[in-house]
Amino acid sequence: MLLIDCPHCGPRDENEFHYGGQAGIACPTGDVTDEQWAAYVFMRDNPKGWFHERWFHVHGCRTWFTVERHTVTHEIRKP
Amino acid sequence: MRFTFDGRPMTGEPGDTLAAALLRNGVRVVGRSVDLGRPRGIFTAGPEEPNALVRVGADPMLAATTVELHDGLEAHSLRGKGRVDLDAVDERRCDKGYLHCDVLVVGGGPAGLAATLAAGRSGARVILVDDQPRLGGDLLNSRLLLDGAPALDWVAGLDLPARVLTRTTAVGYYDHNYVVAVERRARGERLWHIRARRVVLATGAHERSLAFPGNDRPGVMLAASARAYANRYGVRAGRRAVVFACADSGYEAARDLVAAGVDVLAVVDPRPSGLPADVEVLAGQVVTGTTADEEGVLTGVQVGVRHFDADLLAVAGGWNPAVHLFSQSGGRTRFDEELAAFVPGTSAQAERSAGACRGLYATREAIADGYAAGAEAAGRTVPDLRVPECDERISRRPAALWLVERAPGSEPAFADLHRDVAVADLAMATATGMRSVEHVKRYTTAGTGADQGKTSGAVVVGVMSALLGAAPGQVGTTTFRPPYTPVSFATLAGRDRGALSDPVRTTALHDAHVALGAVFEDVGQWKRPRYFPRDGEDMEAAVRRECHAARTAVAAMDASTLGKIDIRGADAGEFLDRVYTNMYSTLAVGACRYGVMCGADGMVFDDGTTTRLADDHYLTTTTTGNAAPVLDWLEEWRQTEWPDLDVSLVSVTDHWATVAVVGPRAREVIAVVAPEAVELAFMRYASVPVLGVAGRVFRISFSGELAYEVNVPWRYGRALWEAVLELGVVPYGTETMHVLRAEKGFAIVGQETDGTVTPQDLGMGWIVSKRKPDFVGRRSHSRPDTARPDRKRLVGLLADDPEALVEEGAQLTAAGVAPMLGHVTSSYHSAALDRTFSLALARNVTPGDRLTAVSGDMRQPVTVVEPVFYDPDNTRRDGDPLPEARVAYRGDCRAESPAAAFADRFEAVSTPRVRLREVPFVSMWEVRGTDPGTGLRLGPDWWLVSGDVPPRPGWVDVSGQRTVLELAGPAAYDVLITGCPIDLDPSVFPGHAQTLLARTSVILERLPPETYRIYVRSSFAKYLAEWLIDALEAS
Repeated sequence: MLLIDCPHCGPRDENEFHYGGQAGIACPTGDVTDEQWAAYVFMRDNPKGWFHERWFHVHGCRTWFTVERHTVTHEIRKP
Repeated sequence: MRFTFDGRPMTGEPGDTLAAALLRNGVRVVGRSVDLGRPRGIFTAGPEEPNALVRVGADPMLAATTVELHDGLEAHSLRGKGRVDLDAVDERRCDKGYLHCDVLVVGGGPAGLAATLAAGRSGARVILVDDQPRLGGDLLNSRLLLDGAPALDWVAGLDLPARVLTRTTAVGYYDHNYVVAVERRARGERLWHIRARRVVLATGAHERSLAFPGNDRPGVMLAASARAYANRYGVRAGRRAVVFACADSGYEAARDLVAAGVDVLAVVDPRPSGLPADVEVLAGQVVTGTTADEEGVLTGVQVGVRHFDADLLAVAGGWNPAVHLFSQSGGRTRFDEELAAFVPGTSAQAERSAGACRGLYATREAIADGYAAGAEAAGRTVPDLRVPECDERISRRPAALWLVERAPGSEPAFADLHRDVAVADLAMATATGMRSVEHVKRYTTAGTGADQGKTSGAVVVGVMSALLGAAPGQVGTTTFRPPYTPVSFATLAGRDRGALSDPVRTTALHDAHVALGAVFEDVGQWKRPRYFPRDGEDMEAAVRRECHAARTAVAAMDASTLGKIDIRGADAGEFLDRVYTNMYSTLAVGACRYGVMCGADGMVFDDGTTTRLADDHYLTTTTTGNAAPVLDWLEEWRQTEWPDLDVSLVSVTDHWATVAVVGPRAREVIAVVAPEAVELAFMRYASVPVLGVAGRVFRISFSGELAYEVNVPWRYGRALWEAVLELGVVPYGTETMHVLRAEKGFAIVGQETDGTVTPQDLGMGWIVSKRKPDFVGRRSHSRPDTARPDRKRLVGLLADDPEALVEEGAQLTAAGVAPMLGHVTSSYHSAALDRTFSLALARNVTPGDRLTAVSGDMRQPVTVVEPVFYDPDNTRRDGDPLPEARVAYRGDCRAESPAAAFADRFEAVSTPRVRLREVPFVSMWEVRGTDPGTGLRLGPDWWLVSGDVPPRPGWVDVSGQRTVLELAGPAAYDVLITGCPIDLDPSVFPGHAQTLLARTSVILERLPPETYRIYVRSSFAKYLAEWLIDALEAS
């Protein structure tokens, strides 16, 4: 059970949150190719190591925020 | 204390374990081994026991060494494994508890006690857990003197500044210092979830055996266990004993056995020199075999050519630090050559091992190490902590002996007693080429028993290292996984069983549905009436009658479960334009519009109607199952992509109770309950009195008939429903709703769609705006795959046989052979059509095509038709005119709070220590954006204001959204920690928080000193009320 530091509520158990996947994926605007669009919709990094990811405090303050987590050790640090 | 074993009456002493009591009664054979059926006795005195497994009550398999004796206990022997008796009555009431601390100390032996003392005295919040009924660890089993007095005097003199949990076994060590422990209580276990800033592991060490021929006979026991039975329980495990001492602890055992009156014949020490002792010492020798009587019970010990008539062989094979929790925490072990054992190496979390679990076996060493670990964990050193003097002798290096060569024809030499794995089995595994201990484990099953190889793990590694000619450190250990000791499913479930196994959501109308005999179905967590059978009707008959009423007269359904989102802000219209495929910024105030929402991938995600209540104020409805995902989805876009938009989202799903009144004569009902809404036009809305209270009426139809969705605040929901039914309206359920909508060809998200269906696939291209620059999913609609012409599309199907119901999920083919062209999504009998009909998704078909629906062995010829079966020209949507003026409803619009029905039960479970009640009819508003200067702050720009306050513009009335339950009294905290995972300690808890309680979201507010208000979603109020009643009954 990870302990995730919500920017509003402080440290809470993982099951108060929803996982939001990789952070920093901007929705492309304007004319984009099929490949660019598919990359936005479907493709995400899956690193072994540090990873910027989004969490949503669904059972708390309902804030979306970004944390940096090590996918092997689960160590969390603020980005 | 009287007890029975396999039906035989026996007597034990208070404080006995079942194992001690069995030995006290001379029981040698406790069970038979799992595979070979060999007789087995008690081997240890603790949770590492591989042999003495018993059934006690509903618990199918327990180690007799861990069962506390109680009067009337009935135990039964097992052959290695237990079986769950499904008829056994389990009267345990298990639960959970959540605790937080600065320092968690696991183990109440010398090191753990010292660590607790050091950490606690520094001011840290400390929790100590220990698996025994009494603190002391190995001191309980010894005759050591500390400062010249019995060691337990030292223990008793400690004033531990900590929360101490005895009979509590830490079974799992998870990420971020999350430790799970099982407390054994007479009424049922409690599963503690403990979050600690730092952990001190003082888990001690397990003695190990070694593999020699005949080492599994009843009568062969670990030496420290024989000593524990003698010292702690006053039980002699045998009369004539031989001690096999690979470690000096064997000499201590020999001495204590002699003192207990056991005739110790010899100490066999494989090391070149022995220690001085009062008995014969055979140095440089090993036990080479055992003899047994016809029952297989030990009668003698062979040491080379010498034979000793003995009924007890006490084996001191050396010690294994209990590194289980350390290893579970992610720490890496290393093999210590000096100790001939695996010890903690590199830590992965904020923990430190202390004492015997890191190889510091001497009592004074362990205490000193405990002090250091406790101080380190608390971050402060504490003066005046003295290590007591001790009469313990210094131990020499143990013999790194793992197996004794077996002469041909002699008894097997076992490595794992529980799994019946002998040296020969390990040799077979290595002979087949296995080199990894993980492979050998899986091949031989060594270490996979209920004991998880606590006594055998190191032996297996040692034997493998001998077989492979590699050092034990190179062989390594298998992975230690939770749980440390077996945990029953009842313990893990806690209160989450039976009716509480998953939260049940109910509407304001629920009790009325129950009274009407409704048959319910689960929709997400909701209980929704599926149909209302009358006079023994089956579902088909009831649905036919309900459909007929809706099509020819008037019927009503509880539509409260639809998600409702209050959307406000200057950019609310723009926001809706971006998330729906169609336009909302152009919607007239007072008008409703149906919309479809897509994911970024362009697939249909949800649908519903949105009404513009004011220029900057909309109300959106969602499907029942998607209410929370949709709100989360909208919040994600609002916060992460469009933070510049002025828009706020508030769930009002539970605030409003909704009754859909449907049928050509629906107007007659509205004329009575909401007369001002009678003349409402199709897809319009009015804020009007309903039964005299402020309500909302929407003219929205999901059936093609004249229909009104009448909304009142939750508390009036039941009164509205009963007033409607009193007018002769026929109640209908979800099954009828499905038939009515399917007759009109209306798709249901999640039935016609499955995440691979676009609006265009549903034939709803008309709802996808071509004018808007963008909306979520728009670009995906022109991806090659979504734009291709041969996608499956929504069609209707009619079977050749009008009585035949084509199975939902049936595959569609051209002539009963591949390729599959699509599948059936909905299939019903229709009262209006007087036949069956289906909806399907199929590619490359047009109306008139003949297909075959294939399902299992069924082949049904069907014809493709347009997917609108009833009233394709929408002639019915305005219903019948009002026949005559009716008088308005004059009955009492009774208000009922969500937990009103619980008042008596709340009173009954309340005690002076904790009282439970509902605080009914609390006025509440959610406020977004600007700090109202009052209320509870729920989020960065989110407040809940409650009570007797004049509301301000922009505040969203959510008085019905949540129900307030109140726990008060000195034990309120103790009840809350059984379901609330956050730290409620008054020194930490900020006064209020949004979090979880049981399995639902709540706002928890503390009113000092000891009153807590729980704001729970009204639809979860019944669930939480039942949960709290259960908690109070058990407390």
